[in-house]
Amino acid sequence: MSTDHLSSYILSLVTFVPLAGALLLMLLPRRDRDIRIFSLVISLLTFVLSLHLPVYFHRGQAGFQYEVNNQWITTPNIHYHMGVDGISLWLVVLTTFLTPLCVLISWKSVHDRVKEFFIILLILETALIGVFTSLDLFLFYFFWEATLIPMALLIGIFGHERKVYAAVKFFMYTMIASVFMLAAILWLYAQTHSFDFVEIRDQIGRGGVPNFPAAAQWLFLGFFLAFAVKVPLFPFHTWLPDAHVEAPTAGSVLLAGVLLKMGTYGMLRFNLGLFPEQSRHNAPWIMVLALIGIIYGALVAMVQPNMKKLIAYSSVSHLGFVVLGIFSFTQAGLNGAMFVMLAHGVSTGGLFMLAGILHERRHTYEISEFGGLASPMPVYAASYLFIVLASVGLPLMNGFIGEFLVLTGAFQDRAIYGILAATGVIWSAGYLLWMYQRVFYGKVTHAVNNSMRDMIGFEKAAVWPCAVAALVMGVAPILWLGAIDPAVQAALKPFTQVVSQVVGQ
Amino acid sequence: MTFPMAAAQIIPQGVDYVRILPEIILSAFGIVVMLLDPLVDEEKSQKTLGMIAFVGTIAGLLSTWYMAQSPGLAFSNMVRVDSFSVFFHFLVIAIAAVVILSSFEYMAVQKIRAGEYYALILFGVVGMALMSSAVELVLIFIALEISSISTYILTGFRRNEASSSESSLKYFLLGSFATAFFLYGVALMFGATGSTNFDLISQKLQAGPVQVLVYVAMALMFVGLGFKVAAAPFHIWTPDVYEGAPAPIVGFMSTAPKAAAFAVLLRVVYAINAPGRFWLIWVAAALSMTLGNVGALVQTNVKRLLAYSSIAHAGYLLAAFAMTTPENSASGISAAMFYTAAYAAMNVGAFAVVTHFANAGERYVTLEDFEGLGRTSPLLAATLTIFLLSLIGIPMTGGFFAKFYVFSAAVKADLIWLTIIGVINSAVGAYYYLRIIVVMYMRDARKEVPVTPIPFGLGVALAVSVIATLYLGMLPNRVLQYTQQSAQDLLLQPPSQAASASQTAPVVAIPGN
Repeated sequence: MSTDHLSSYILSLVTFVPLAGALLLMLLPRRDRDIRIFSLVISLLTFVLSLHLPVYFHRGQAGFQYEVNNQWITTPNIHYHMGVDGISLWLVVLTTFLTPLCVLISWKSVHDRVKEFFIILLILETALIGVFTSLDLFLFYFFWEATLIPMALLIGIFGHERKVYAAVKFFMYTMIASVFMLAAILWLYAQTHSFDFVEIRDQIGRGGVPNFPAAAQWLFLGFFLAFAVKVPLFPFHTWLPDAHVEAPTAGSVLLAGVLLKMGTYGMLRFNLGLFPEQSRHNAPWIMVLALIGIIYGALVAMVQPNMKKLIAYSSVSHLGFVVLGIFSFTQAGLNGAMFVMLAHGVSTGGLFMLAGILHERRHTYEISEFGGLASPMPVYAASYLFIVLASVGLPLMNGFIGEFLVLTGAFQDRAIYGILAATGVIWSAGYLLWMYQRVFYGKVTHAVNNSMRDMIGFEKAAVWPCAVAALVMGVAPILWLGAIDPAVQAALKPFTQVVSQVVGQ
Repeated sequence: MTFPMAAAQIIPQGVDYVRILPEIILSAFGIVVMLLDPLVDEEKSQKTLGMIAFVGTIAGLLSTWYMAQSPGLAFSNMVRVDSFSVFFHFLVIAIAAVVILSSFEYMAVQKIRAGEYYALILFGVVGMALMSSAVELVLIFIALEISSISTYILTGFRRNEASSSESSLKYFLLGSFATAFFLYGVALMFGATGSTNFDLISQKLQAGPVQVLVYVAMALMFVGLGFKVAAAPFHIWTPDVYEGAPAPIVGFMSTAPKAAAFAVLLRVVYAINAPGRFWLIWVAAALSMTLGNVGALVQTNVKRLLAYSSIAHAGYLLAAFAMTTPENSASGISAAMFYTAAYAAMNVGAFAVVTHFANAGERYVTLEDFEGLGRTSPLLAATLTIFLLSLIGIPMTGGFFAKFYVFSAAVKADLIWLTIIGVINSAVGAYYYLRIIVVMYMRDARKEVPVTPIPFGLGVALAVSVIATLYLGMLPNRVLQYTQQSAQDLLLQPPSQAASASQTAPVVAIPGN
């Protein structure tokens, strides 16, 4: 099979292989071992297939690649339009990278309703990939909503004590916010007679959409609200700690690693892509919210007694960086935002897996329950330190590159933004290292922890790829930025035009 | 000269009977069931009678297909066969078939004698089918009565339960009242236009300025039909009636008579053809959505919960045609038709699950009883989940496209505020449907609720509903094209031509399908 041929439907393949796997899984008998192996094979197959995307990607080109565009429903004019550019490309790979690790980390920890668990996990993977690959607004909304159910089920069925509360809160928050996006999409369709992202963008750019100036601010807000809740941007973040604390490990990994990125991806693609002027116009207050998120998230993380809540609040802080980078409208800022998304996915995914390993053994996330773990669990402690350093932003690790670029962008935009955001980097070193110190150093404080087993094979297989990825991303960021940069330049084009028009006159 | 004409008009021709063939066949089967009932053994023959009724509905579906081959007017322009009426024929008969299938087990478990039950379903369907093809107000009234009286009796079929009798009586009294409103409306319309035929009314209205009387007539008719579709503020009866009525009948009456009443409403609204915003419908839509959803939030009885949900869904549906302008009429009609089909698929399915689960005397119908169903009966729980997700309007299900089309039609008609009320409501609605899913999967059973294996008839009914729900959710194209075609048919019937033709020729086939 020639690669050209494969390229024409690789996106559909990557998107729907997990779903097909889930359907096959429904037919398999309830033998837990077979089900686990089968899910691992499917998720690895998806990952391998998805590697086709970066390998044959034409770097340096800005537009969408691997496009498929078929009519799905004639009236309304809905297309099965998929494609990736340098921005969505890596988010797809991030998703397919994390899913097999989720299967591995759940190998031993999920033993009740195993079949349902892996079916839900694979369906979730399809929905997540679909969000990043669809270029038709309708298709996008379709996948966007489709991520809700499996995630809510993962939390609600397989979660911990207050799982139902967390699942319902998660569902209602995101559902209510996204109906506003639906209303905005419907308005756009009514005026442009198209759901196609590229076509609507071009029509708006030409000024060919009737009544657009009057409605643009509302449309911007409709999209923005849906994304801001997902990110979550302060003050819409209250669902996140609950969802994380109650979710099973795999759920947390995908929630932090990929689901939150749907929000920032949406801002980058749709808010900036469709409404450049309104983005510019609304940027100041959004940047302020992002800064509050960075600092507030870090401060709250500092005082958390619960390890998972701490990591959850650190996500609020990190995602603040992403939003800050996006709305700085500078090339460095956007590149950095993209890189933080990927880095955060890898390292926070790793942190949640590591927290899950502790919970597996002691059934608690309370930091005070641990102490001095470095002696009974040396391998675990070393892995943990590695990931913590990546997350803190140590140079040569992935966190550093992204945050550095975002800060550069923020300084270019306005120095005060950069200064305030830079404190976030310090805070994050503070709360993560302090947590690390309390958990691992010193003497073993609780006798039961003396007999704790170190990491077993499956856990190593799940965590170490994250560590390796964190290092490679830190050492050779160009591998990623090479594809990201042209896409970012293209995304910024309307903004540089706006500036040059202003300057030129 | 005029005499033979008049005679030809009065004496029905062969093709006239073809155009009401489904009604004839369903009535015949209903009569057969009734006649057989006293002759056969009381205990053993229940299922046989049900099978006869089921075969009747299948024959009804086939005859609908046959009827669709000869579109046109029949019986002195009282009945019109076009793709619009064919759609609703198909829909209500299919609903009846599924409901009959899911009733087999119910009748045995509840120890209800079956004869009249199946016959009444068939007669009710005759009325509903006729409602969708009638283009004459008095015939519509008669059809409405046929369907209503059957449902009044059916709601009281759990004779040993006080709540069922209450339900029946309440439905009957309020229903008669509402029908009277409809009849007043018909009378006033006749007074204003001198005719009860849609074509002539429409012709008359287009000829001159519209009188106030027409608006009053329209409003009164809307009151009558609003009651039938359980739209607020005419919805007060719904929770009590749904709670008391037998579960399969609730599945039936929350979908089939509603679909038929919406068919009439669509015909009336577009025949009257008064362009502009129907504030009456706008208010009813907004109120139904809001009251239905808010009411459902606090329910613990699943039947009552679904009753409130059906009020809310009537509201979404009304949003599709709260405004009629020449540009958006087609999308409004087709969205409304699609919605009735999708709603029928998911709601009949949901009630089929409730029917099976309720057990003898409908003991298990509260949320608490559904706890842990995901573990005790994964298949039943998964099926109900699909229907509930569709009711929420989650992608991949019929409910999603249904809502989507309705709201797009509303946006197209510039009903931005109604759309916003609608989308907020659908988010609120997600909460109570989700509650059922939550108790099924995320809570452990606190009390022993026996779950019997799914019998064959019910299994088929559930499979049909699931497939229909998913089909409408993934490949809505064909159904949508058909509804759009129907919308065109409904709008393009040139009233003047048909009406003037009716004075010269007895039977006019509408050219070009």
